[in-house]
Amino acid sequence: MALDVNKHQLIPKHSKLTDAERKKFLDDYKIDVKSLPKILIDDAAIITLKPKAGDIIKIERKSETAGTSVYYRAVIDG
Amino acid sequence: MDRQVYKKIYHIDFGVFSPKQIMDLAAAKIVTPELYDREGYSVDGGLMDIRLGVIDPGLRCKTCGQKLKECPGHFGYIELARPTVHIKFVRQILDLLKSTCKYCARVIIPENNIKRYLGVFEKIGEEEGFEARRRKIKEVVGKYKLKEKCPHCDKKQEKIKLDKPYNYYENEIRLSPIEVRARLEKIQEEDLAIFGYSKSFRPEWMILTVLQIPPVTMRPSITLESGERSEDDLTHKLGDIVRINQRLFENINAGAPEVIIEDLWDLLQYHVTTFFDNEVSQLPPARHRGGQVLKTLASRIKSKEGRLRHNLAGKRTDFSARTVISPDPFIDLNEVGVPQSMSMNLTVPERVTVWNLEYLKRFVQNGPKKYPGANYIIKPDGKRKSITVETQEEILEELEEGYMVERHLIDGDIALFNRQPSLHRMSMMCHLVKVLPGKTFRLNPAVCNPYNADFDGDEMNLHIPQNEEARAEARILMLVDTQIISPRYGLSVVGCIQDAITGNYLLTKELVLKRSEAIDLLYNCGVNNFSRLPNKEKIDGKEVFSILLPEDFSYIGKDKSGNEVKIVNGQLKSGYMDKANLGQESGLMLRNIYEAYGPAYTSDLLGKISKLGIAVLARRGFSIGIGDMDLPLETKNEIKNIIKKSEDEANSIIDDYHSGKLEPLPGRTLAETLEVSVLGALNRARNKAGDIAMKQVQNSAATTLVRCGARGNPLNIAQMTAIVGQQALRGKRIDHGFTGRTLSYFSKNDLSPKARGFVKNNFKSGLTPSEFFFGAMTGRDALMDTALRTPKSGYLYRRLSNAMQDLKVDYDDTVRDASGKIIQFSYGEDCLDVSKTKNGVIDVTGIIHNVIGGGK
Repeated sequence: MALDVNKHQLIPKHSKLTDAERKKFLDDYKIDVKSLPKILIDDAAIITLKPKAGDIIKIERKSETAGTSVYYRAVIDG
Repeated sequence: MDRQVYKKIYHIDFGVFSPKQIMDLAAAKIVTPELYDREGYSVDGGLMDIRLGVIDPGLRCKTCGQKLKECPGHFGYIELARPTVHIKFVRQILDLLKSTCKYCARVIIPENNIKRYLGVFEKIGEEEGFEARRRKIKEVVGKYKLKEKCPHCDKKQEKIKLDKPYNYYENEIRLSPIEVRARLEKIQEEDLAIFGYSKSFRPEWMILTVLQIPPVTMRPSITLESGERSEDDLTHKLGDIVRINQRLFENINAGAPEVIIEDLWDLLQYHVTTFFDNEVSQLPPARHRGGQVLKTLASRIKSKEGRLRHNLAGKRTDFSARTVISPDPFIDLNEVGVPQSMSMNLTVPERVTVWNLEYLKRFVQNGPKKYPGANYIIKPDGKRKSITVETQEEILEELEEGYMVERHLIDGDIALFNRQPSLHRMSMMCHLVKVLPGKTFRLNPAVCNPYNADFDGDEMNLHIPQNEEARAEARILMLVDTQIISPRYGLSVVGCIQDAITGNYLLTKELVLKRSEAIDLLYNCGVNNFSRLPNKEKIDGKEVFSILLPEDFSYIGKDKSGNEVKIVNGQLKSGYMDKANLGQESGLMLRNIYEAYGPAYTSDLLGKISKLGIAVLARRGFSIGIGDMDLPLETKNEIKNIIKKSEDEANSIIDDYHSGKLEPLPGRTLAETLEVSVLGALNRARNKAGDIAMKQVQNSAATTLVRCGARGNPLNIAQMTAIVGQQALRGKRIDHGFTGRTLSYFSKNDLSPKARGFVKNNFKSGLTPSEFFFGAMTGRDALMDTALRTPKSGYLYRRLSNAMQDLKVDYDDTVRDASGKIIQFSYGEDCLDVSKTKNGVIDVTGIIHNVIGGGK
């Protein structure tokens, strides 16, 4: 891997939910993976996490209004 | 009421009528151009034949036996003497002629490739639409056509051309519609599938042999006052067609020379074409005798005034009104002044009960012409009856429980008030009606801001809700009081403006009143309990203002000039009431009052404060004059020196530039450096001069306005008293417009301040001609800029609001779209309802103080 974009200061922290976390997340929001925002499987920011389609990526980023905010995206295979 | 669903529409087919279908569908065959006989009855076989439907009251339709309004109308037909091309199918016909063989009528694609291409065409048609399919067919056929031989029968092919609008040529020889039709007839069903035509369709139907006549109900004639009949445009056009058709028939039967028949045929083709579309670009449009263009079928449907955009997509409402708005600071914030003449047309239905029978009878007694009266009653069976002098007695007799009375609008009725563009929810608010004399809607100037209205000719709309549910909804959810706090930034969108701010500023700053004066002022703005007024002869303005505040209200904030405003238990202790506290979109004072005392109280208080300010100004007097712009001599000299110094500075920079001594700033060229530093030097001059001017013009009316934030800013004052300053176009000094200079008055390549738009005079002393011209340049630029920017940003906002229109915050704080997809996991990332915050933040300390109580 030539360049890890995650080392860049502008890239927020990406992490993959474990199966248990994933199930709890979907139950909490009473939602189907299809209703989530999407992220491409070969997105440079998550390529090191080795995601599969249907995984959920947790993104923690700085927010002007709330300090840090959490966002979730479902991995799709372009 | 439930309605039985008899038939559900499963699908709709669009297609082309075959001649047989047209004849089967027709109720009558039209053979004569005459419309009526001598007695004025419709002629049988004429265009107004009563088999085609009825448009006269009392008559019965010969086809269905129903009366006017019941009979939907029936189609008829004419047999055309010679076939004519349907103008709307010219392109399709051309495509078919071009891509089929002249002799065997097969598609010009080799037999073994047809299947393959069919698949290709189907796929393209599905993915990219019909146009793409058409292009692809053209491309493929074009490839095989290069050989100029039919792949099926090996015969030579000719080039087919369209001479617009409807003549087909083959090798410069015209193909008559008869020949075209004959070719289309020969095309096989399988080959039609390639073009995407369905099996039930025959291409020769696109050449008309019979013409369908629309029912009279869609082209009714109108009877003029003189008793004369005026026919619809369509009837006129059809008359032309029938007339020419008859002549053509006669000539053919009489064996007239071919030339005459050709001419008549052409004319028939023209009439049939303009019947469908009178805006064909190559044809002169058919006109009335007066020269007015006929409105035929196509023009009925298309364009903004057509059936679709005007009648189907355009919607209009009853019980609404529109007129010019004007200000009335004496009505309440949540009221709207409605002209009496309007209130007698806008009605509210009120149901008769035992308790209001007498009350409603009074409206009926007044009738429709006397205010407050009533226009209609509605019986329990739903029938409405108009109240007139004749019916009045009878209605008064029969009026009983269960009836409805549509009475005139009276004070206190609920109305929705709206100004376009309705960009946010405050653009349509609920007001209480106040019937006033005059012809305009009146509104309190304090609510101009949410509507973005002014009184330079703005018009607004008023809607009257017609049932209890709608009225309750409007009043509870949309009343002005409930809309005071903006959901965008959590501050008040209404507030005192202009005189109201000035008045309160002067009152709290410098006025000391006699007790009688204070009582007069307060009574004027609706206070009648003076027990809180201090019992002394001279009363301070702050004390007068405090009477309006709630007794337990405490607040600490800042006024516009940075002094502390302190309110303890409803007493204004220090600070002035200016824009920062009373103004719209600023200050927490109104926000805190709203939070503590609720919408109705705030709206009432705001009204009182406004009236107080206006009353103060009216009694004290407040005038502005040119003398307000005078400066003492030494200040004038001081300003002159500052300008001189900056000019010298600028000139020395220019000298440095010419002698090559100027050092370029990093990342800029030498010329840019010069511009930047000169501009900086000159702007510094204006700022300094402005500050001095603002300080020196003590306590004139003009500076009072600026200080309290009612109108104007320090820059305006500085431009009037001290110096107008550098005029800039696109952030630069004014550049050369002629070669090398801004105006021919200056020498070429003059970089000095005065040659590049530096105005060192002020508006009071007057500008030199060249200065005035520079001012006009920037003025024009600013005007253009706003004129161009407004529609752009309006469109941007429209796109945004359309894209986000059905996003909503769910119970789990997620923002979701209409299909439940998550857009944001917590609303605004911080889950705050802005309208519940103060300027976007939650005042935690304040809340704690409130809970623990008082002391810090």
